Amino acid sequence: MKRVFPILGLLTAVLLSYALYEALVAAPTEQTMGNVQRIFYYHVPSAWTAFLLFFINFVCSIQYLVRPNPVADKLTNWTVIAIAIAACIAAFVIRPLPEGMEPSSVATTGLAIAGLYFLIKKCFSQTRTDALAVVTAEVGVVFCTVVLVTGPLWARPVWGIWWTWDVRLTSTLVLWLIYISYLMLRRFSTSGQTPVLAAALAVFGALDVPLVYFSIWIFRTQHPQPVIGGGGSIDPRMLHVLLINWLAFLFFAGLVCWSRYRLEILQREVEETQALEAMLEPRSRR
Amino acid sequence: MSKSSAVPSGVTAATLAKDLRLEWRSKDALNSMLFFSLLVVVVFSFSFDPNAEESRQIAGGLVWVAFLFAAVVALNQTWARELRNHVLDAYRVSPAPANSLFMAKALGNFVFVVVLEVLMTPLFIMFYKLRALGPAWQLIPVAALGTWALVVNGTFFAAISLRTRSREIMLPLLLFPVSIPALLAMVNATTAILTGELSAKFWIVLLTTYDVVFTIACLLLFELVLNAE
Amino acid sequence: MNFLYAAYAATWIIHIVYLGTLVRRYQRLSREIDELKKK
Repeated sequence: MKRVFPILGLLTAVLLSYALYEALVAAPTEQTMGNVQRIFYYHVPSAWTAFLLFFINFVCSIQYLVRPNPVADKLTNWTVIAIAIAACIAAFVIRPLPEGMEPSSVATTGLAIAGLYFLIKKCFSQTRTDALAVVTAEVGVVFCTVVLVTGPLWARPVWGIWWTWDVRLTSTLVLWLIYISYLMLRRFSTSGQTPVLAAALAVFGALDVPLVYFSIWIFRTQHPQPVIGGGGSIDPRMLHVLLINWLAFLFFAGLVCWSRYRLEILQREVEETQALEAMLEPRSRR
Repeated sequence: MSKSSAVPSGVTAATLAKDLRLEWRSKDALNSMLFFSLLVVVVFSFSFDPNAEESRQIAGGLVWVAFLFAAVVALNQTWARELRNHVLDAYRVSPAPANSLFMAKALGNFVFVVVLEVLMTPLFIMFYKLRALGPAWQLIPVAALGTWALVVNGTFFAAISLRTRSREIMLPLLLFPVSIPALLAMVNATTAILTGELSAKFWIVLLTTYDVVFTIACLLLFELVLNAE
Repeated sequence: MNFLYAAYAATWIIHIVYLGTLVRRYQRLSREIDELKKK
C-alpha cells in the first residue's frame, strides 16, 4: 500500500501537468469566447468529479441505512439490479434519446451504478462505508466549491454577469448547500448514531436534486434567463482535452479521497483507543 | 418492525390532541409566535416599501419568507417540551409506531403554522394593498401544500437537530437547502396568482410532488432518527 | 485573460488549502498517537 501511493502521486502529477498544458496551450482557441473559454477545461471536470463523489456518498448512505435490515437490504439489491436492467433496455428502446445521450453511455451508466453499489457493499464494512461517506462528502464539497468559483469567473467576461439562475448552476449551488449542511451535521452532532442521521440527510438531499432541477426548469420556461455554458456539439479536439483533464482530476480526487480515508480510519482508531484508555484508567488517578 | 401492534391512527390522533390541548392551555408559545408574526410583517413593510404595482410582484416572496421564519421558530419548539420531560424516551419504549408520533407532531406543527399564516395574511393584505388578479381560490392549495412542505421536513430535521450542539441554528441550516425547490414553487405560485400573469398549475404540481416524496421519505426514516441516541 | 488565470489559480488554491488542512490533521493525530504510545 505504502509504495503504491507515491507512484500514483507521481503519475497524477504528470497527468495533471500534461492536462494543464493541453488546456492552456494545445487546445484550439474558441472562436467567440477566446482564451477565457479554457476555464471550461477545469470547470466541467470538477463538476463531473463532484457529482461522482456525491453519488458515491449517496450510495454509501443508502447502504448504511439499509444493511442492518435484511428485508430492506434485499429489496434495495433488487432495485439496483432493476435500475441497471432498465437502463440497458431503455438505452436501446427509447427513440430518440434526449439530447447529448448515447445508447451505449446510458447502458454503461446503468451498469456502472449497479457495479459501484455492489462493489462498495463487498469491500466496505458498515463503519468503513460510513467513513467513505464522510470522505466523499468532504472532497465533493471541495470540488463543488471549485465549480462554483470557476463558473462565475467564466461567466463574467463572456456573458457579462457573475451569476444566473440557470438549471445547472443553481442545482450545483443547492447540492453544495445540502452537502455543507451534511458536513455541519456531522461536526455538530452529539449523537452516537451520527452516521444514521447524516445518511438520512444525504438521502433527502438526493431526493431533492431532481426536484431542484425540475423547479428551475419550470422557472426558466416562465422567466427566460441568459443561458450559460451553452450545450450543443463540441469540437472533438476540445472534447479530447476535456476528457484528459477529467481523467487527471479523477486520479487527483482518488488520491485525495484515499488520504482522507486513511486519516478518517486512523482517527476513529485513535478515538476508540482513547475511549478505552479513559475507561481503564485506575480510579485513583482521576 | 415490532411496533405495529397499536392502531396507528389512534395513536396519532391521541398525540395530536394532547399537543394541541397543551398548546392551548399554556398559550406561551402561541402568544410569542403571534407577536413575532406581527413584528415580521411590520418590519418587512418598513424594509420593502410597497406601492401597489411593485407590491404584487414581490409580495409572493415576502409573504413566504415571513412564513418561513415563523415556521422555523415554531418548529424549534416542537420537541423542546418533549425533551424537558424525557417524553421521547417513553415514546421509544412504548409500542406506538414511530410514524404515528411523527404524523402527530407534523400535523400539530401544521395547524400551528397555519394559524400563524391566517393571522399574518390580513396584515399583509392591508399593508401591501394586495388584491389577487388571478384565481384567488388557488392560494388555498398553494398555502396548504407549501406549509406542509416546510412543516414535514422541518419536523424531521428538528428531530435530527435535537442531537446536535447548536440546536436552534441547525434546524434552519438543514431545512433551507432541502426546501429550496418547494420555496421556489410557493413563491412563484403565489406571485403568479397575485399578478394573474402566469399559470400556477406547474408549481402546484411540483409542490404536490415535493410533498408526496418527502412525506414518504420522512415516514420511512423517522424510526431510525427517533431511535438514534 | 486575467479571468482565465484567476480561475486556474483559484482551483489550485482551493485544493492546496484543503490538502493543507489534511496535513495539519495528520500531524495532530500523530501527536496523539505518540502520547498514547507513551502511556
